[in-house]
Amino acid sequence: MTAANTGQTVAGEIEGRPRRYLLDREGLLGPLLLLPAVVYLLALVGFPLVMAILYSFTDITTGNPVLHFVGLDTFRDVLRDTVFRRSLRNTVVLTIVSQLLVVVLSTVLAFALRVDFRGKWFARFLILLPWTTPIAIGTIAWLWMLDSLFSPIDWVLGQVGLIQQGGHMYWLGKRDLAMASVIAVQAWRMLPLATVILLAGMSSIPQEIKEAAEIDGASFWRRLFHIELPLLLPITGVAVLFGLVFTFTDMTVVYVLTGGGPQNSTQVLASWAFYKGINGGSLGQGAAIAVFMFPVLAGFAALILRLANRAEVS
Amino acid sequence: MAVVETRVLRKTFGDNAAVDGIDLRTEEGEYLVLLGPSGCGKTTLLRMIAGLERPTDGEVLIGDRVVNDLPPRARRIAMVFQSYALYPHKTVRANIAFPLVARGVDKDEQDKKIRWAAALLGIEHLLGQRPRQLSGGERQRVALARALVREPQVFLLDEPLSNLDAKLRALAREELKEFQRRVGTTTIYVTHDQVEAMGLGDRIAVLEKGRVQQIGTPWDIYHHPANTFVATFVGSPPMNLFERDQSLVGFRPEHLLPEEVVAEGDGRVPFKLHVERVEYLGSDRYVYGTIPELSSDKRVISRLPFTVTNPVDEDAVARFAVAESNLRFFDQQSGERSEPQPLKGLGA
Repeated sequence: MTAANTGQTVAGEIEGRPRRYLLDREGLLGPLLLLPAVVYLLALVGFPLVMAILYSFTDITTGNPVLHFVGLDTFRDVLRDTVFRRSLRNTVVLTIVSQLLVVVLSTVLAFALRVDFRGKWFARFLILLPWTTPIAIGTIAWLWMLDSLFSPIDWVLGQVGLIQQGGHMYWLGKRDLAMASVIAVQAWRMLPLATVILLAGMSSIPQEIKEAAEIDGASFWRRLFHIELPLLLPITGVAVLFGLVFTFTDMTVVYVLTGGGPQNSTQVLASWAFYKGINGGSLGQGAAIAVFMFPVLAGFAALILRLANRAEVS
Repeated sequence: MAVVETRVLRKTFGDNAAVDGIDLRTEEGEYLVLLGPSGCGKTTLLRMIAGLERPTDGEVLIGDRVVNDLPPRARRIAMVFQSYALYPHKTVRANIAFPLVARGVDKDEQDKKIRWAAALLGIEHLLGQRPRQLSGGERQRVALARALVREPQVFLLDEPLSNLDAKLRALAREELKEFQRRVGTTTIYVTHDQVEAMGLGDRIAVLEKGRVQQIGTPWDIYHHPANTFVATFVGSPPMNLFERDQSLVGFRPEHLLPEEVVAEGDGRVPFKLHVERVEYLGSDRYVYGTIPELSSDKRVISRLPFTVTNPVDEDAVARFAVAESNLRFFDQQSGERSEPQPLKGLGA
C-alpha cells in the first residue's frame, strides 16, 4: 500500500457532511439565537419609541390621526402646562425619596435576614411576596388600606391614640398625604427586589474578610461602615438603579391609588402622558410628555451598564 | 509574646468531631506547625485559638489566661488567612492601618508603625496601591504587615503559602522563617504541606481525625514516627510498610539501597528486590518493585540519590539492603510504634 493510499483511507474516515456542523460555528449560532430577542425588541420597544418621538413633533389626536408636523410647538404647549411641571417635579421627588427609603430599609432587612434563625426561609418568602404580586393587585390592596372611611391604618392610629378614635386621615384625599402614600407604596413595592439583590451581594463578600476585620479589632459598627457597606456599594448601586428605572416609569400606582388626584397633585410623567395622550386623545402631547423621560432613562441605562461592567472586572 | 495552650479542646459539628480533645502547649516564641491532611481539624483548631470558632469543650489559654469567652479582638492575636483577606476597597496603607485605626492609635503613631512594618517587609513602594493591583507574593506581605502592626502576642497563619506558585512558595517560606526569627513572636502555622512543615517548624504537631498523632521536632517526626499514620503521611514517597511476625515493619525509601552501599557493620538486612521500573528524576532515582520475601504484591519504593551510581536494571532481581537501625516497627493492631525486633529468615 502506498503512502497516498493510506492518506485517502484516513480522509475517508473523517468524512461527514459539513452542513451537519453548521451550528457548531459560533458566528452563526450566536446571531441565530439572538434573533427572536432582537425581533421582539424592535417590534415592541423600538417601533413604539420611534413612533412616540415622531408623534411628539406633530399635533396628532385620536380624532384626527394625521401626521401633521408642527415642529417644537407640542413641546412648548406641554411645558406651559402647570400640571406637566408638577408631574415632572412629582416624578423626581417620588423617585428619589422612595429609593432613599428602599436603600436604608433593604440594607437593614438584608442584614437581619442574613442571620440564621428558625423560619428564615419563610420570612424571606414573605418579604419577597410584594415583588411577585402584580403591581395593580398590590396597589388595589393598598387602596383598601388607605380607604377614606374603612382604613385599618386609621383604626390602628386611633387605638394607639395618635388620632381621635373613629377619626380619619383621608390619606388619598389630601395633597401631601396622597403624595406620601404614593411614595410609601412605591418603596414597599421596590423593597423586596433590593433586599434580595443585597442579600446576594452580601453572600459574595468572602467570610475571611469579615473574620479578618474581627481579628483586626473592629467592632460591629466599624465592620459595618468600614468593611461591609463599602464592599456592598456596587451591588447597592445596581439595586438602586433598577429601583430608579421602575419607579420613574411607573404609572400603575398613581393610576390605581389616586388617579393623579386630588386636583392632579400626584400626577407623574407616566400617568400624565397616559391621561393626556390616551384618555384625552392628544396623542402628540402625550408622546411629548413621555419623551421627556427618555434622556433620564437613557442615563440610568448607561449607568447600569457601566456598573455591570465594573462588577465583571473586579 | 506568649504561650498558647489548649486543654482537651473539642469541637463537634453535629455528630462529627472536627477537633477531638487536643492538648497542646507552645513554647515562648516558638514556631509550631500544625500539619495534617485536609479535614484533619487543623484549621478548626486554629480558628478556636483565634476565637472565630467556639469550642464545644475544653479550654484555650493565651499567656496562661483562659480566653474562651474573649472575642478575637481581645486576644491580642494576628491572623493571616489563606486568601490573605485584604480589604479590596482600601489601599495597602489603609489595609495596614485598619487594626491601628480600630484600636484608636493616633495618626503619627499609625504612620510610624506603617512605615516600620512596610520597611520590614519591603513593601513601601506599594502603600498607595489597591490589593487587586498586587501579585500573590505582594498580597501575602501586605497581610503580614497588617498582622505585624498590631504587635500581637501570637501569630496565627492559615496556609498562607498555598495561593503562591511553586517557585514563589519556596522563596516566601524562607522569608516567613526569617521574619519570625526577627520578630520572635510565638507563631502557629497550619499547613497540609509537609515540606513547609519540615522547613518552618521548630516543632510539628501532626493531626489526623481531630487528634494529635505526634508532636515533636521535624527530625523526630521524620525519623521516629509515632505511628503508621505519621510514618506514611510525612515523607515523600512514604515509608514502606510490611506485615511481619504480628507486627509492621517499615523503612524509608532512601534507606533501601543496593547492598554494596549499605555498610556491613550496621547489621544490614538484605532483600531481593524484583525491580519493575526505574524512574529517573534528576537528583534521585526511584526504583519500584516488590520484595517477595515480605509480600508478593505490595510494592516498595527505593529512592537512590544521584550519588549512588550502581546500575539498576528493570525487570531483574537486584540485591538491596536496609541498615537495621533504619527499620521501624509498629503494632499491627493499633499502628503505634513498638520495640525493634530481629527480622529472621530474610535475604541470602
